[in-house]
Amino acid sequence: MTSVVKTTCPYCGVGCGVDVAPLDENKTKNIINIAVEGDKSHPANLGRLCSKGSALGETIRYDGRLLQAKVKGEVVEWDKALDAVADGFENVIAEHGPDAVAFYVSGQLLTEDYYVANKLMKGFIGSANIDTNSRLCMSSAVAGYKRAFGSDTVPCNYEDIETCDLFIITGSNMAWTHPVLFQRLRQAKLDRPHMKVVVIDPRRTASCDIADLHLPLASGTDAYLFTGLLAYLKGNGALNQDFIDQCTENFSDVDIADFSIAALANDCALDADDLELFFSWFLQIERSITFYCMGINQSSSGSDKANAIINTYLATGRIGKPGMGPFSITGQPNAMGGREVGGLANQLAAHMDFANVEQRSDVETFWSAKNMAIADGLKAIDLFEAIDAGKVKAIWIMATNPIVSLPDADRMRQILKKCELVVVSECMENTDTTACADILLPATTWGEKDGTVTNSERRISRQRAFRAAPGEARNDWWIISEVAKRLGYNDEFNYTCSADIFREHAALSAYKNNGKRDFDLSGMVDISNAEYDALQPIQWPVKKAGQGTARMFTDGKFFTPSSKARFINVSPRKPKNKVNDEYPFILNTGRVRDHWHTMTRTGLAPRLSKHIIEPFAEIHPYDAEKFSLKQGQLLEINSHWGSMLARASITAEQQKGNVFVPMHWNDQFSYRGRADALVNPVVDPVSGQPEYKHTPVSIKAWQPSWYGFVLLRHEAGIGLTHDSYWSKANGGQFIRYEIAGTDAVDDWKKWLNDRISGTDKMDGLFYNDTKKSYYRAAYVQNNKLMACVFIAPSIDLPSRNWLAGLLAKDSITVKERKSLLAGRDSGNNFDPGETICSCFAVGENTIRHAIKTKGLTTPKDIGKCLKAGTNCGSCIPELQKLIAQEKAGLT
Amino acid sequence: MSYKEKQKLLVVGNGMAAMRTIEHILSYQEAASTNFDITVVGAEPHGNYNRIMLSPVLAGEKHFSDIMLHTHEWYQNNNITLLAGKRVEQLDRAEKIATLDDGLVLHYDKLLLATGSDPFIIPVTGKELPGVLSYRTIEDVEEMQSIAKQHKHAVVIGAGVLGLEAAFGLQQQGMQVSVVHNAATIMNRQLDEKAACMLQQHLEGLGITFHLEKNSAACEGVERVEKLVFSDGEAIAADLVVMAVGVRANTLLAEKSGLACERGIVVDDYLCTDDDNVYAVGECVQHRGATYGLVAPLFEQAVVCAKNILGLSTEPYLGSQLYTSLKVTGVNLYSAGDFNGDESSESIIYDDPANQVYKKIVINNNRIIGLNLYGDISDAVWYQDLYQQKKDISGMREDMIFGKAFIADEAA
Ligand SMILES: Cc1cc2nc3c(=O)[nH]c(=O)nc-3n(C[C@H](O)[C@H](O)[C@H](O)COP(=O)(O)OP(=O)(O)OC[C@H]3O[C@@H](n4cnc5c(N)ncnc54)[C@H](O)[C@@H]3O)c2cc1C
Ligand code: SF4
Repeated sequence: MTSVVKTTCPYCGVGCGVDVAPLDENKTKNIINIAVEGDKSHPANLGRLCSKGSALGETIRYDGRLLQAKVKGEVVEWDKALDAVADGFENVIAEHGPDAVAFYVSGQLLTEDYYVANKLMKGFIGSANIDTNSRLCMSSAVAGYKRAFGSDTVPCNYEDIETCDLFIITGSNMAWTHPVLFQRLRQAKLDRPHMKVVVIDPRRTASCDIADLHLPLASGTDAYLFTGLLAYLKGNGALNQDFIDQCTENFSDVDIADFSIAALANDCALDADDLELFFSWFLQIERSITFYCMGINQSSSGSDKANAIINTYLATGRIGKPGMGPFSITGQPNAMGGREVGGLANQLAAHMDFANVEQRSDVETFWSAKNMAIADGLKAIDLFEAIDAGKVKAIWIMATNPIVSLPDADRMRQILKKCELVVVSECMENTDTTACADILLPATTWGEKDGTVTNSERRISRQRAFRAAPGEARNDWWIISEVAKRLGYNDEFNYTCSADIFREHAALSAYKNNGKRDFDLSGMVDISNAEYDALQPIQWPVKKAGQGTARMFTDGKFFTPSSKARFINVSPRKPKNKVNDEYPFILNTGRVRDHWHTMTRTGLAPRLSKHIIEPFAEIHPYDAEKFSLKQGQLLEINSHWGSMLARASITAEQQKGNVFVPMHWNDQFSYRGRADALVNPVVDPVSGQPEYKHTPVSIKAWQPSWYGFVLLRHEAGIGLTHDSYWSKANGGQFIRYEIAGTDAVDDWKKWLNDRISGTDKMDGLFYNDTKKSYYRAAYVQNNKLMACVFIAPSIDLPSRNWLAGLLAKDSITVKERKSLLAGRDSGNNFDPGETICSCFAVGENTIRHAIKTKGLTTPKDIGKCLKAGTNCGSCIPELQKLIAQEKAGLT
Repeated sequence: MSYKEKQKLLVVGNGMAAMRTIEHILSYQEAASTNFDITVVGAEPHGNYNRIMLSPVLAGEKHFSDIMLHTHEWYQNNNITLLAGKRVEQLDRAEKIATLDDGLVLHYDKLLLATGSDPFIIPVTGKELPGVLSYRTIEDVEEMQSIAKQHKHAVVIGAGVLGLEAAFGLQQQGMQVSVVHNAATIMNRQLDEKAACMLQQHLEGLGITFHLEKNSAACEGVERVEKLVFSDGEAIAADLVVMAVGVRANTLLAEKSGLACERGIVVDDYLCTDDDNVYAVGECVQHRGATYGLVAPLFEQAVVCAKNILGLSTEPYLGSQLYTSLKVTGVNLYSAGDFNGDESSESIIYDDPANQVYKKIVINNNRIIGLNLYGDISDAVWYQDLYQQKKDISGMREDMIFGKAFIADEAA
């Protein structure tokens, strides 16, 4: 029996515990079998997993991995690669100063990796130019918490979700993005039927499934809603004046304007009764949680929206108690860990800040920093602008794919291409970002990495390795430390294992803390390697070994100098760029259920690639009608910044005037499928987080002259070279491509041979309609379907399912082969039998059947009915025999 | 039952068209006001046999007895006088009298001409040499078989249906067979280039050799034929030369007796000649400008002709749409209409080279106008129906090449 390794899921911020049992590996066959199950003892999920977590086994593969270091495309030894990175950075620093280099890292890193990267940049290179993709994800939430609490503290935990009486989901489709929490919520609502769920979202998402009330507010009007709520509470005498007086400050700064439900409903495009109902629920139900995510954060006023929400909790004193509070959820597995080490350019380390001189010198001392940065560095978008301006000349990107995920992504790609030195640490060989790299460093990934992550309820869990790193892949902390050593910081980066780093991280959090800072792991400073290995999930702060903290602010004290929480005066603002005649739609972007970020891993999993197979654009039927757009058609979406192609999905769940596209697709999986190419590079002035949820766009039908799909068995070892529209999904034994083109193709056979190499040598079947641009081909080897291609002048193509079923089989039958290019089974399983009339190819069973059912008595009858025997007539004796036999059989 | 007039029907020719017409006359006679005394004069010394089954006989797959359609006994049982091995030489239409080659004189009320056609003999020198044959009768088959027993090299001129069946049959009889054809592809009247190549490859696989784009200039030999010489001077060994380059309607008798003849005996839509008492049916006729060389049209003619002779009302015969198949064991093909198509037409093509399956449907204005099926003819009848009925196929266009079973409304 193989032993089970307890680790955590590397996807969303729920941070589920996962039990992994490694089964077998066979490199030559590209087989890595593991059994994955939810960890019943992990408090985040108690054994549950969502579709992404369950399919983790399908994402560990050999193919596609980056397994060797490369400098300018050439494979090199680690030593050489590390020297090249160190030399490159050193040269730039020597010539242009430390602010001319930067790290751009990721919530996918483990805390230990993150810690080392942050330490190197801020304490030794001497710049704070380390920012992370968490900037794109929850920096507004961080800003909101810090402004209100004096610290980046999530007050609640997952149990609160189950014990609250009113659960408000805003700016989150948690059914898809945080599925396990949604499962917990769904169960809680079943168990406690009085519990109310309200969804505030312009779209009618899957999360509305269990909602008692859906408020489809106008895009970007959340702050109006929550400031309105505060006014409503005040107007109805529902404020907790004691709490406001004793535990908060600046309440008097808050403008609480005169307010009417009708006017607010109008501002938010909501039904006034619905709005009032929601407000009255909030007023009456104390145990309420507002659960918010990207819909709040990814906005040019995201920080203010967060504070508008937090204000309502401070004003009602609903904080620090079970079942209530403003609950920001993170998107990534270790966004929280990144925040803890200070992995954002405007943080220092361990929840300390540059602005605090004392803290800065404490950290400097603690690290024995050689070149301590003194001020905030460049936030993601500013960082790329600085590259464009030539101010930043070397960048090291780790575990993230900014060319897909940054707004105005096409321009970001141009900028990155301009950068003098681009180092990329990645586990996958081909991403849109690795394509821009000068130096590629092979990093370990889930299953190989070993360290800790923190989930959205401040729970630190171990992510454990269960297999050796393949090829030359190394842990990120090792890679960073090796470069640090080459830059001359041997002693400071002389780590031997991740536990070394964790202890230092814990020690820093405890350093001169004395309860002054929320993030405090003083109880873990002395953790031994063995204890670290055996670490059970635990919620920080951990002031005594083994004792975590379930809930924050239970004593009404906060981490501001006065220990009082602060109200922030929020003046709601609309999104920066308004729709106009040229760009009449509001673009909204987000996740789909089964994909994760830029699909580098989920894209490998057949199970996850089935749900939604290509970029789509959800539009309301009204808009579809108005702009003559049809279901399944390809649409070209344009904004001032870029354009993309997506498949039309017409649904009344979408609001009129809005279009939703998924954020995941990129050049590895589709052609012009990058949603972020469209997104306006507008950021929140406080947090620097981009406004992903609101970009004015135009939509029109993209008119290809043909549509098609291609299914290729992996084993065939062939790929499609594509030069017009395509999107690709992994189907298990095969890759599925959806394709379309505007070019007129005369010779499809040649077209395909040029694009799918090797098919010309296979046993092929072909179908062609010369006028209609119908073309189909299937390729078979040893009775095994290897590939098929279907082309049509419209989107009406046969279903891919039947063919996919054949690709799952090791051989096909004669009948299946005959039906291959029909793309389906005829459903007719009648076997005509041995041919009797060869002139007209009429079989024995067909004749017997006709004799029986139609009461035929002479060969002539048969001839009339089936034509058999009416040409050469040589089968007439046999027909007579059949008649006689059937007759005998009947009597 | 009222009194029925008795009349004499004289039938010239004892082939498939004649006998199919007689069968219909026998079966419809009861409904008619006239009863006929039928006399059949046939130049071949047999009852009626299934001519198109000569190929399986030649190939050794069937015996002559297997392909007999009407034996002498059958004529007796049906009170029909058969004068087999006799030829009608002369007609006196004014007197309604026919004179036979043995001098016998027969009187008739109604006359049916079903004299079929004669193989076309290329006028090359040496065409009279022993061993130079045509392929039309059981005697031809028997002679080929006896030559095959003693000789090796067979040459078939003409790679049409008949020529290829002959070639296959002779190959089955153990001869080394060459096929000479003047066009670039075989069966070019029935197959498009692709299907023709597939068929040629198949036949080559059996050991048959092809000489394409060759014209024959002479048969040479001393006692009997020894070689065939092409117009380019090249020559190939030939102990047997079979000419299968087409047929000509046999209008000899009709012309002699002053009936209107062009490429065949001219008939109207009721198979009547320009003499009200003289009918004609089968390969010997020319109807609306067309002559036919296949059985399906003459079967269609036979029923109209029979009813007309009997004075029964009948639909007119409006001509036939042809289709072709090939009786070579192991080969399935089917061809009809405009199988090549042109600029204004469209084609749907299915091609499975590994299984030697190739199907092409030619379409114009949403109607099938031609078919070329090779290797899989299981839906030929259905396509033929769609073709003949000129059915609008736009609703089934995408799937019809895969067969009737794939069309919801059509699958039985
Ligand atoms: C080898 C072979 C294979 C064929 N295969 C096919 C096939 O697969 N499919 C198909 O559709 N068709 C086929 N055909 C063609 C088909 O056999 C003919 O279309 C059909 O037999 C014509 O019938 P008919 O009655 O008009 O002529 P015939 O069958 O030729 O009958 C005419 C008869 O009249 C006799 N005759 C002529 N003049 C006189 C006279 N003055 N007095 C008395 N008798 C006379 C002739 O001797 C002959 O017996 C094939 C033909 C041949 C030779
Ligand atoms: S993706 Fe999120 S909810 Fe799903 S298993 Fe992973 S951590 Fe849990």
